[in-house]
Amino acid sequence: MIITFLVSAIKFGMVLLFGSTGETLTEKSGHLNLGIPGVMCVGTAVGCAAEVIYFEACGGKLNMIYPLAVFIPVIATLLGGALMGLIYSFLTVTLHANQNVTGLAMTTFGVGISKYIIAVVDDYKFTAGAKFFRMSILPFSDALGDVGKLFFSYGILVYLSIIVAVLVSFILNRTKVGLHLRAVGENPATADAAGINVTKYRYIATCTGCAISSLGGLLYIMDYLNGNWEYVIDAIGWLCVALVIFTIWKPVFGIFCSILFGVFYVAAEYIPGISLSDKEIFKMLPYLVTIIVLIITSIRNKRENQPPASLGINYFREER
Amino acid sequence: MNNVEVTAKKKREPLFHITKRSAIDWKVSIGIRAVAILGALVFMTIVFLFLSDENPFVLYKSMFEGVFGNSMRTWILFSNTAILLGISLALTPAFKMKFWNCGGEGQVIIASLVSAMLMFFVGDSVSYPVLVVLMLVSSLAIGAIWALIPAIFKSKWNTNETLFTLMMNYIAIQCVTYFLKVFGNAQGNQEPMPQFALPKIFGDRYFLNILLIAVICILMFVYLRYSKHGYEISVVGESERTAKYVGINVSKVIIRTMIISGALCGLVGFLLVANGSCAITTTITGGRGFTAILVSWLAKFNPVYMVLTSFLVIFLQQGTSYMGDIYRLDTSMADIFIGVVLLFIIGCEFFINYKINFKKPSKENKEVAK
Repeated sequence: MIITFLVSAIKFGMVLLFGSTGETLTEKSGHLNLGIPGVMCVGTAVGCAAEVIYFEACGGKLNMIYPLAVFIPVIATLLGGALMGLIYSFLTVTLHANQNVTGLAMTTFGVGISKYIIAVVDDYKFTAGAKFFRMSILPFSDALGDVGKLFFSYGILVYLSIIVAVLVSFILNRTKVGLHLRAVGENPATADAAGINVTKYRYIATCTGCAISSLGGLLYIMDYLNGNWEYVIDAIGWLCVALVIFTIWKPVFGIFCSILFGVFYVAAEYIPGISLSDKEIFKMLPYLVTIIVLIITSIRNKRENQPPASLGINYFREER
Repeated sequence: MNNVEVTAKKKREPLFHITKRSAIDWKVSIGIRAVAILGALVFMTIVFLFLSDENPFVLYKSMFEGVFGNSMRTWILFSNTAILLGISLALTPAFKMKFWNCGGEGQVIIASLVSAMLMFFVGDSVSYPVLVVLMLVSSLAIGAIWALIPAIFKSKWNTNETLFTLMMNYIAIQCVTYFLKVFGNAQGNQEPMPQFALPKIFGDRYFLNILLIAVICILMFVYLRYSKHGYEISVVGESERTAKYVGINVSKVIIRTMIISGALCGLVGFLLVANGSCAITTTITGGRGFTAILVSWLAKFNPVYMVLTSFLVIFLQQGTSYMGDIYRLDTSMADIFIGVVLLFIIGCEFFINYKINFKKPSKENKEVAK
């Protein structure tokens, strides 16, 4: 019981981890992308559509083979997310559009597109691919009993999310590229004066961030929900935005925070004897906790826990 | 200067450079927006060509039919415009102060919930006028409280209001699902209670919404433009330091403005229940709390322009869903259409705020060319 609970919590947590890692990367460049829910919807829908195309190309369920059935949707999702990121960064970086407004419009737009794609494709065809996403990649998971189940029983995307989080964290904190990116997010004018190409960094960070976030949606649909489409990805997207604050902009810290969020989110399902209505109270927890963290970080006002200084502000070189 | 240096210089000269406009002729700014909307229509026409066998112009014609086809549809259009305008007006004072109140959705929903709960619990035990007053007052109050909570933290500790208000939305939605699980019927819905609805004016539901919001629109225009409060709001929005310097109590302004903002959202929530569905659902706002942010921003926070922008959005929404029904395009087309139009308009703001100066070839470069 407790093991299934934790497994489910971790899986859901990793959905959020993808989303928040991507959004952290974007926010580090100084762009608060409120379009993440829309981006995740589009990326996921594109990924599912790619799975359908693969299903049709290889002539049915039986001919689908392991690496391809995962690889194709993942690549499609990355591309779909990056394309949405490109639209967002064109509007906000090149055209200096207001970030909040652009983000919200992207969410409307993205939710619409994902609904359209899912209405057009046959959903049983991408459901067929779900088992490949859920398949454990580590052979020894059954042999180790509970420990194996808790640590080694997941599909490939769950491990990928952790690898990506660690990698992003490493790049941000330990490499020159990361240093430049953080400089762009903190003070773009100074970064520009130091010869860093602000536009390039913002474009790349936003597109990469969006691509990473989109994988969260794919993990949710194909693994967590076993290939059944559900229109809740936008709500999950907002949770990811919340999680970024909760993690105080640190992806590695995010691994634990996202599991905690997962625990809050799925806890209600596993508490014996809880009524249906009380479950809804439990689902409030992630939002409440985020608010509390938001308040605490603002009250403590420690310098290292603050959002990037120019978050939400566009950079125009000739403005002072 | 020798030739090599000049060519090197020529290569590095950018094709154009961008400067901020200090002022723009209103005719030009309207023209730019018109071009943007036209661009969005051209884009959507191409999309329709791919997705549907119908002639796109037939599709556009059906959009007009869906909106103005009969008087009923037109009334629905105006009534929905009024509701969206109401939420946009409610958010506007906060935006003018650069307080990103993304919580319109939650403030409306929680007020609707309170109205519906009052109908459910005390509807039978008090007289009708008392119930209506009770619903109105408590809707305004809860909307104000929902907005006040982030405002207090913002004014005291500068807590990020965008994310705070966003989270408050989801808490409000969860409150509704909780309420529906406890008091709803087997399908998880609340039975509508039309016996407690507001009286119909001229035999129709729509007049009251339109009338009330029209009055609020004028009041809001006057409040922002001509009152001392409105002046304080714009000063705080422009620069908090200036506001402090001239002796404006910034936190007082933030809190006061958010109470107004939240209470107006509460009023819309009250209308949605008492003059609409007579029951609460989680989708009662249908995302209009978010759309209102865009509507308000597109209108440059001017209540009069907001009439136009909210009309545009509702027109697209209603027209596209009608078109989708007739020509069996998916209902999601409405979201996509609105999204495209909004993104085009957002993009065109650049050409209104900035001027592109194309580089004229300089004398030296010309000489080299010769």
